[in-house]
Amino acid sequence: MTVLHTAVATTPATTSSTGFPVLLALLLLPLVGAVVVSTFRNEPRAAKLVALAFSVIELGLAVVALFVYRTGGARLQFSASADWVPSFGVHISFGMDGIALVMVAMIAFLVPVVLGASWAEKLPEGRSVAGFFALVLTLEALMVGVFAATDVFLFYVLFELMLIPMYFLIGNYGGVNRRYAAVKFFLYSFLGGLLMLASAIGTWSYVQSVTGNGTFDWATLTSVVSHAPLSTQLWLFMGFFFAFAIKAPLVPFHTWLPDATAEAPVGVGVLLVGVLDKVGIYGFLRYNLELYPAASRTLAPLLLVLSVAGVLYGAIVAAGQSDMKRFIAYVSLAHFGFMGIGVFAFTQQGTVGSVSYMVNHSLATGMLLLVVGMIAVRGGGSVRAEDYGGLMKVTPILAGMFFLAGLSTLSLPGTNSFVSEFLVLLGSYQTQPVYTILGTIGMILAALYVLWLYQRVAHGPIRGNALVGLAGGPGAAADPSVGARKVVRDLSGGERWVLAPLVVLILLLGFYPKPLLDVVNPSVTATVQQVSVQEGN
Amino acid sequence: MGNVIAASGVASTAWLLLALPAFGALVLLVGGRRTDGWGHLLGCATIVLAFAWGLVQFLHATGLPAAQRVRNLHLFTWIPVNALQVDFGLRLDPLSLTFVLLITGVGGLIHIYSIGYMSHDRDRRRFFAYLNLFVASMLLLVLGNGFVTLYLGWEGVGLASYLLIGWYSDRPSAATAAKKAFIMNRVGDVGLALAIFILFAKLHTTQYTQVFAQAHTLSGGTLTAVALLLLLGACGKSGQFPLQSWLPDAMEGPTPVSALIHAATMVTAGVYLVARANPIYDLTSSGRLLVVVIGAITLLLGAIIGCAYDDIKKVLAYSTVSQIGYMMLAVGLGPFGYALGILHLLSHGFFKAGLFLGAGSVMHAMDDETDMRRFGGLFGRMPITAVTFGLGYLAIIGFPFLSGFYSKDAIIDAAFAEGGWRGWVFGLTAAIAAGLTAFYMTRLVIMTFFGPARWRDLKTADGRDYHPHEAPAVMTVPMIILAIGSVGAGAYLSIGDRLANWLAPSLGVLRKAEHGSLATTWVTVLTLALAAIGVIVAILVIGRRAVPVRRPEPVAWPVRAARADLYGNALNETLVARPGQWLTGALVFSDRRGVDGLVNGIAKAFGGSSGRLRRLQTGFVRSYALSMLGGSILLIAALLLVRFSG
Amino acid sequence: MSPSFYLILAALLFAIGVIGVLVRRNAIVVFMCIELMLNSVNLTLVTFARVNGSLSGQVMAFFVMVVAAAEVVVGLAIIMSIFRTRRSASVDDSNLLKY
Repeated sequence: MTVLHTAVATTPATTSSTGFPVLLALLLLPLVGAVVVSTFRNEPRAAKLVALAFSVIELGLAVVALFVYRTGGARLQFSASADWVPSFGVHISFGMDGIALVMVAMIAFLVPVVLGASWAEKLPEGRSVAGFFALVLTLEALMVGVFAATDVFLFYVLFELMLIPMYFLIGNYGGVNRRYAAVKFFLYSFLGGLLMLASAIGTWSYVQSVTGNGTFDWATLTSVVSHAPLSTQLWLFMGFFFAFAIKAPLVPFHTWLPDATAEAPVGVGVLLVGVLDKVGIYGFLRYNLELYPAASRTLAPLLLVLSVAGVLYGAIVAAGQSDMKRFIAYVSLAHFGFMGIGVFAFTQQGTVGSVSYMVNHSLATGMLLLVVGMIAVRGGGSVRAEDYGGLMKVTPILAGMFFLAGLSTLSLPGTNSFVSEFLVLLGSYQTQPVYTILGTIGMILAALYVLWLYQRVAHGPIRGNALVGLAGGPGAAADPSVGARKVVRDLSGGERWVLAPLVVLILLLGFYPKPLLDVVNPSVTATVQQVSVQEGN
Repeated sequence: MGNVIAASGVASTAWLLLALPAFGALVLLVGGRRTDGWGHLLGCATIVLAFAWGLVQFLHATGLPAAQRVRNLHLFTWIPVNALQVDFGLRLDPLSLTFVLLITGVGGLIHIYSIGYMSHDRDRRRFFAYLNLFVASMLLLVLGNGFVTLYLGWEGVGLASYLLIGWYSDRPSAATAAKKAFIMNRVGDVGLALAIFILFAKLHTTQYTQVFAQAHTLSGGTLTAVALLLLLGACGKSGQFPLQSWLPDAMEGPTPVSALIHAATMVTAGVYLVARANPIYDLTSSGRLLVVVIGAITLLLGAIIGCAYDDIKKVLAYSTVSQIGYMMLAVGLGPFGYALGILHLLSHGFFKAGLFLGAGSVMHAMDDETDMRRFGGLFGRMPITAVTFGLGYLAIIGFPFLSGFYSKDAIIDAAFAEGGWRGWVFGLTAAIAAGLTAFYMTRLVIMTFFGPARWRDLKTADGRDYHPHEAPAVMTVPMIILAIGSVGAGAYLSIGDRLANWLAPSLGVLRKAEHGSLATTWVTVLTLALAAIGVIVAILVIGRRAVPVRRPEPVAWPVRAARADLYGNALNETLVARPGQWLTGALVFSDRRGVDGLVNGIAKAFGGSSGRLRRLQTGFVRSYALSMLGGSILLIAALLLVRFSG
Repeated sequence: MSPSFYLILAALLFAIGVIGVLVRRNAIVVFMCIELMLNSVNLTLVTFARVNGSLSGQVMAFFVMVVAAAEVVVGLAIIMSIFRTRRSASVDDSNLLKY
C-alpha cells in the first residue's frame, strides 16, 4: 500500500561519525609501533621508550574514541569495510559497538601498564628486549582487531593470529616450563579455533542456501541465521561454543590457563588473563547469542551449569594453591564462571554485569598479578606463598597494594568488581534463581581464598625462605623486620606509577561506574533482545 | 510511615557527615609516614566535626514537624541499568540521625581514648585511618537510602573490622580471627544480597522509599523469605546464633576497636537492619517470630558462655553477644519492640563501650594481660577506671534507675507481653539471662577489682613485675563521659517515651500490650530478684573464696561446655572447615591428575602412537618405491574393478 | 601391425624398469631403470596417439622427454655429489632421512 512499510534494514551505519578514522588508527598504530620497535635491536632502553610512547598514543586514541562514540547512536560505529575475497563474501570490515569499545579501551589502558611493569623484566638468556616489546605491540593490534572485527571470517583469522605473538611471548620469554605451557596454550586455542572455523563455514553455507548469496558479514548473518531451524543452530552453536569455552575458559577446558599464567612473564600474564581470555565471553555474547538465539536458549542450562561449576570449582581449587600465579588463574576461572552466568541468564542487568565484569576482572586480577610479580622480584623470583610471610612488616605499601587488589578480587563493595558481580547476580536472579543462589556461594569462597592467601603472605612474623634469607637468616637481628627492610625495598617510583592508574580506576569504577555502564547498556539491550525476541516463534 | 520528602537546606549538606571521616582516612592512608606526626589529631578532628555536624542535623530535624522528618538526599546515580537505578543517596530520618549521633559521639570518644591507648604503637596513624574508614562506612550503612548503599556500608564496616581485628598481624591468632570474622560476615552478607535480589525481582527497585511503599504487594512467602535472608545478614554482622563465634575471637583487636566496633556500633547493625526494614517485618509474623527465637537463643547462649571465661575481653564479648540478643528479641516483637531495641542499643552503646574502655585501661595498666585470674585488687590502684567501670557494671545488670534498668527491663516486659506460650518462653528466657548477666558481670568485677592482688606474685610474659597505674586523662575522660551516659541515658530517653516518639516517623508508633503473661510490676520484681540472686551467688562463689591463678581442671560438664563456646566452634570445624579442607585437597588433586591428566594423557597417546608409526620411514628408497608400486597397483585395480564390474 | 605388440613391449619395458628400481642398489642403475619406465610410457603414449589419430599423445611424450632430460641433469648431479662425499653409489647407504 505504501512504500514505507518495507522495514528499514538493520544494516549498521557505515560511516564513521568523524572525518578521522579512529578505529583504523587504533588498529594500525601498534603495528607500526611494533615494526619501529623491532629496529632497536641493540638499544633496549630506546626500544622500551618508543614502545611506551606508541602505547600511550594508542591510549589517547582510545580515549578519543570513547568521547566520539555516541551512546544513543547506531549499533556499530566507526565502521570501515573493504573487500577481501569477494567470491566468498569475505570482507575486511571493522566496527565497534559499546561492548567492543570498552574492551578496546581496556586493552589500550592495560598495554602501557603492562609495558611499564615489564620495564625491568629479566628476560631469558639471548632474548632481546626489542623483540618482547614489539611482540606485545603486535598482540595489542591483533586484540583490538579481534574485538572490532565485524566479519566472522576476519574474526576467525584474527582469533588465530592472536595466538602467534602470545605463543612466542610465553614460549620465548616465560619461566622454566615455558615450552610446555606455550604449546599447550596454542594447541588448546587452535583446536577450538578450528571447530569455530567449521561452524563459520557451516553458517556461510546456510546463508548461501537461504539467500543465494554467501557472506561472512556479521550483521547480515545475525539477521538470517537467527531464523534457522533449531537443529541447524545447535550444530553451528557447538563450534563457536568450544572455541569460546576453551578461551574463556569454562570448567573442563581450563587446564591450559594455570600453566600459561604461571609460565608467562607477569605482564604477558596480565594480557593473557585480562584480555585474551575475554574474547571467550565476548564471543559468547557477540556470536553465540546473536547468531544462534534459539540454540542459546536451548543450551543455556548447560552453559549455566558449566559456569556455576566454574565459580565453585575455581574458588575451591584456588584456595588449595600455593603458587600465587596459578592461584590467580583459578580465581579467574571462578570469575569467568560469574561472567558466564550473567551472559546466559539473558537479562539486561546480568549481561551488563558480565560486560563490566570483563573490564573489572582485568583491572582486579591484572593488578593482583602485577603485585605478585613485584613480590617475586623481591623474593628471588619465587611465587610460592610459603616462601613469604609477614610482608606487611617489610614492605607495607606493597602489601597494601596486594590487599587492595585482593579486595577488588573478592568484589568488596566500593571496588569496581562489586558493581559487576552485583549486577550479574542480581540480573541472573530474575530468570535463574537456582543457579544464582549456587553462584553466591562463590562470594563467600572468594573472601576465603583471597584472605587466606593474604594472611599467608602478608601477616604473621617474617618467615619464608625468600624473606628470611634476605634478612640475613633467622636471628640475624633482634627485629628481623629491620634487617629485611634494609635489603627489601618497598615500591619504587616506577612501580608506583604502574599501579597508581589501576588503583584509581578500581576505586573510581567502584563508586562511579555510570559512564562505563551507559556505554555498554544500549549494545547489551540489542543482544538481549536478539536472544529473547523470538520467544514466541 | 508517612511520606518521604527531598532534603533541602541544612539537610542537603548531610553528605559532609560521610565526607569528613572518609577524607581523614584517605589523607592518612595516602599520606603515609608523612602524616605520622599529626595523623591521630586529624583522625579525631574529623570525627568530632562529624559529630558536630550530626548534632546540627539532629537539631534541624527536631525543629521540623513530625511528618517532614523523613528526608531523602540524592547525591548521584550509582548503578543505573534500565529498571535498576541504584541511587547513591542518604535517608535522613530520626532513626538514621540517632545512629549518626551514637556513631560519631561514641566514635569520637573512642578516637580520643585511642590517642592514649595506642601511643606506643609505631603505626598509630594507620590505626586512626582504619578507625576513620570504619566510621565513614558505618555512617553510610545507617544513612544510605537503599539496600545497596546499606550493603556498601555493611561490607565497608566488615573491611574495617577485618583490618582492625588483625591489627597485631604478627600474631597468627589475630590474623586468623580477622579472616574468620570477615568470612562469617560474608555468609551473612550473602543473605542480605539475596534479599536484595528478591526485592528487585519482585518490586524492580532497591530504594527504601519504593520498597517500603510497595512491600504490602508482596506475597506472604516472598516476605518471609526476604525477612529470613535479612535476618541471616543481621546474624552475621551482629554475632547472632548460628554465626556468633567470630565475635569473641574478634577481641584479638586493640581494645578501643572492641569498644567501638565490636560492642557499641558495628555489631548492632543487624538490629538496625531489622528496625530499618520494619515495613517488611511488620507484614510477616513468621519472619518476626524467627527473629525473636534467634534473639532468645543468642541471649541465653551468650550469657551462659560469658560465665565460664577468664579472659576479661571475651567475657565482655559474650556479654555483647547476649545483649544484642536482647535487642534482636525486641525488634522481633515488631511494633511493640522496635523502639525498645533501639533504646537498648543506645544505652548498651554507652555502658558496653565504657566497660570495654575500662577493660582497656586495665590491660594498659597490666601490660596487655587479659586473664582475670591474674588481676585482683585493682580498685585502689586505678580508682577512676574502677568507678566508671562499676557504673557501667551497674547499668548492664539493670540496677534500678540506671540505663540498663530502663532498656532491658522494657524488653523483658515486652517479651512477656506477647502473651500465651511465647510470652512465657521468651520472657522467662530473657529474665533468666538477666540473672546470668548479673552473675558473670559480678564475677568479672570481683576478679578484677576486688580481692587479693594476685598480680603481685606474678611476672609478665617477658619476665617483669606488674606495675598497675591509672590511665592518663586522655583515656579517663572518655570513660567518665561514657559512664555518665550509662547512668543517665536510659532514664533520659525512656521517661515519657521520648526516644520512641522521636523515632515514630521511622519505626511507627510504639505500641504497648494491654494484657501480657505477667503484669509489668511483677516483671520488674522478677527481673530485679533474678539479678540480685545472680549478684549474691557470684559474691558467694567467687568473692568469698580465693581465686586460683591457674584455671581449675577438670570441671563439671556445664563449665566444660561453656568454656568450649557450647561447641559452636567445634560444630563449625566438623561441619564446614574439615570437609572444606578435604574437598579442596581432593579437587586440587583431581584437577592435576584428573582433568589435566586426561589432557596430558591424550597428548601422550598421540606422541606414543606417532613414535611407533614413524618407524615405517626406514630411509631405504627401495622400500618407498615398493610401497608406491603397491599403492599404484591398488589404485589401478580399484579403477578396473569399478570400470568392469558394473 | 597391431598396436598390441607395441603395448606389450612397453609393458615389458616398464616391468623391467620397476624390477630394476626395486632390486638394484647402484644409484646409476636405479636411475637408468627409471628412464626405462619413462620411455616405456612414452611408447604407450605414441602408440595410442597413432591408434586414436590424435596428436595430443605425441605432445605428451615430448613433455615427458623434456622432464626426463631435466631430471637427468638434477638427478645425476645429486648422485655425483653423494658419491663424492660418501664414496659410494649404493642407494642403501644414504638412508639418513628416516624417522
